[in-house]
Amino acid sequence: MKPEFSIISEWIEAGSRVLDLGCGDGTLLALLQAERKVSGYGLDLDVGNVAACIAKGVDAIHTDVDNGLSEFNDQRFDYVVMTQALQVMQQPDKVMLDMLRVGRRGIVTFPNFAHWSLRLQLLLSGRMPRTRALPATWYNTQNIHLCTLKDFEALCEELNIRILERRVSDDQHRNGRSRRWLPNLSGQVGLYLLDKPQ
Amino acid sequence: MSATSSTPWPADSVGLVTPRSLHFDQALALDCGRNLDSFDLMIETYGQLNAEHSNAVLICHALSGDHHAAGYHSQDDRKPGWWESCVGPGKPIDTNRFFVVCLNNLGGCGGSTGPSTVRADNGKAWGPDFPIVTVRDWVRSQHRLMQALDIPRWAAVIGGSLGGMQALQWSVDFPELTRHVVAIAAAPRLSTQNIAFNEVARQAILTDPDFHDGRYAEHDTVPSRGLMLARMLGHITYLSDNAMADKFGRDLISGNPQFSFEAEFQVESYLRYQGRSFIDRFDANTYLLMTKALDYFDPARDFDGNLADAFERTQARFLLVAFTRDWRFSPQRSRELMRALLQAGKSVSYACIDSPLGHDDFLVPVPDYLKVFGQFMNGVAEETAA
Repeated sequence: MKPEFSIISEWIEAGSRVLDLGCGDGTLLALLQAERKVSGYGLDLDVGNVAACIAKGVDAIHTDVDNGLSEFNDQRFDYVVMTQALQVMQQPDKVMLDMLRVGRRGIVTFPNFAHWSLRLQLLLSGRMPRTRALPATWYNTQNIHLCTLKDFEALCEELNIRILERRVSDDQHRNGRSRRWLPNLSGQVGLYLLDKPQ
Repeated sequence: MSATSSTPWPADSVGLVTPRSLHFDQALALDCGRNLDSFDLMIETYGQLNAEHSNAVLICHALSGDHHAAGYHSQDDRKPGWWESCVGPGKPIDTNRFFVVCLNNLGGCGGSTGPSTVRADNGKAWGPDFPIVTVRDWVRSQHRLMQALDIPRWAAVIGGSLGGMQALQWSVDFPELTRHVVAIAAAPRLSTQNIAFNEVARQAILTDPDFHDGRYAEHDTVPSRGLMLARMLGHITYLSDNAMADKFGRDLISGNPQFSFEAEFQVESYLRYQGRSFIDRFDANTYLLMTKALDYFDPARDFDGNLADAFERTQARFLLVAFTRDWRFSPQRSRELMRALLQAGKSVSYACIDSPLGHDDFLVPVPDYLKVFGQFMNGVAEETAA
């Protein structure tokens, strides 16, 4: 299981209603259903993932999040979660606004493109960096909107989205001291708990 | 067949099945205001009812279906039941786990009471005097069947197309008796275009000179041309444009134009074959009734047109499946159902299966479809201790 899921589980209040955008095989929602007694739905573009969710007892909707969340009413959910999917969205800013339209709070995780190893690769090799977390080449990656922690936080400010919590971790999700002092340099993954003052 | 050879059907078939008829002698009040004093339902069952009676699932048939969903009626039977792809040992509706009930609906022509049945009171066939039945009436009659079989509630009610509509109606009319619903290639109600197609089909039958106002049996004839046309029209809507092109193309059967009205293109002979084979097995009055049941289906009607309000009372978990190329009940129609269920805060999963045929795909073993369906039914089995 991805270590970031346990952090998300800590953030989510028991008994909440949760929408998971790009839910994959439903691992996170199954965990939240077991640990936090949440109810909710996962949304995914891949029918194999939908079947995998159903196999775990997770309700899944086969849909393209890029087409919007118009089928969901305002403030229907306590949390709208999107793990490692923001960077594949056509319009990440629109998705974030939509998340906080249908949910009271949003949880977003994404790979930090300003991690020192990526910076170093680009500096030394002059080529697009590739890592364990981002293994694809520039021409066949699904990650069309990569960003850094600073970029993300600037977007939140622009959209009037409030950052309630931030966690930064490496790919093992260890919380070293440097990640507290130099998050944008040392963090591989950013985890954010958000809301939007009405 | 030699004594040493194994059964003539595949191992994942329920094999030899025998339909049986159940008689119900308590009057059934119908939506149209009339009563049926008594009626018979022809059914088939597969698998075993468990000790707790918790593993029963109901399969509802579509427009031209019947009680024969799976298996074979005899050793020489060449064709299995209409949903052989999904019903059997190890299949999505796993007969090793579930007690499966399928019936011919009221008004049908597969042995249940309908227009071709002889009336008890005057010894004549019902013909056009058989009342127009609705999806709600069917659900009511299926509830009687449930009681007769000593089933306290359904682990799941399942159907494709018009069958899916019955499954949805079950969840609304008998919330506490419907634990799961699988509605495949269904819709919350017919579109205007759907109704228009049905009307053309009905007019084909009603204007056939052999129709005799529905009393063709008394004239020893059948409106075969009208019924054939109705079926041909239906088959056009069951396939996508692409599927028809792939299947039949535009090749001329004889290679060159014959400048005649004989069947020259393959699609013409396909439709004629489908139409002709239908008149041997189907009744024109039943076809009229089935299309009306489709037209009238609208569970939101009693809720000021608000479908989410209609689903408010349901207690089932829902699975909705649509097919990308289906233009009769397109994926958009399943999404309307999904949206209403989401608004009502119900447990629902939805999958849109990429597949070639169109509406007919619900009868076909498309791998992604069987996977999603099978996983959901596995959950049904686990939740109901089947």
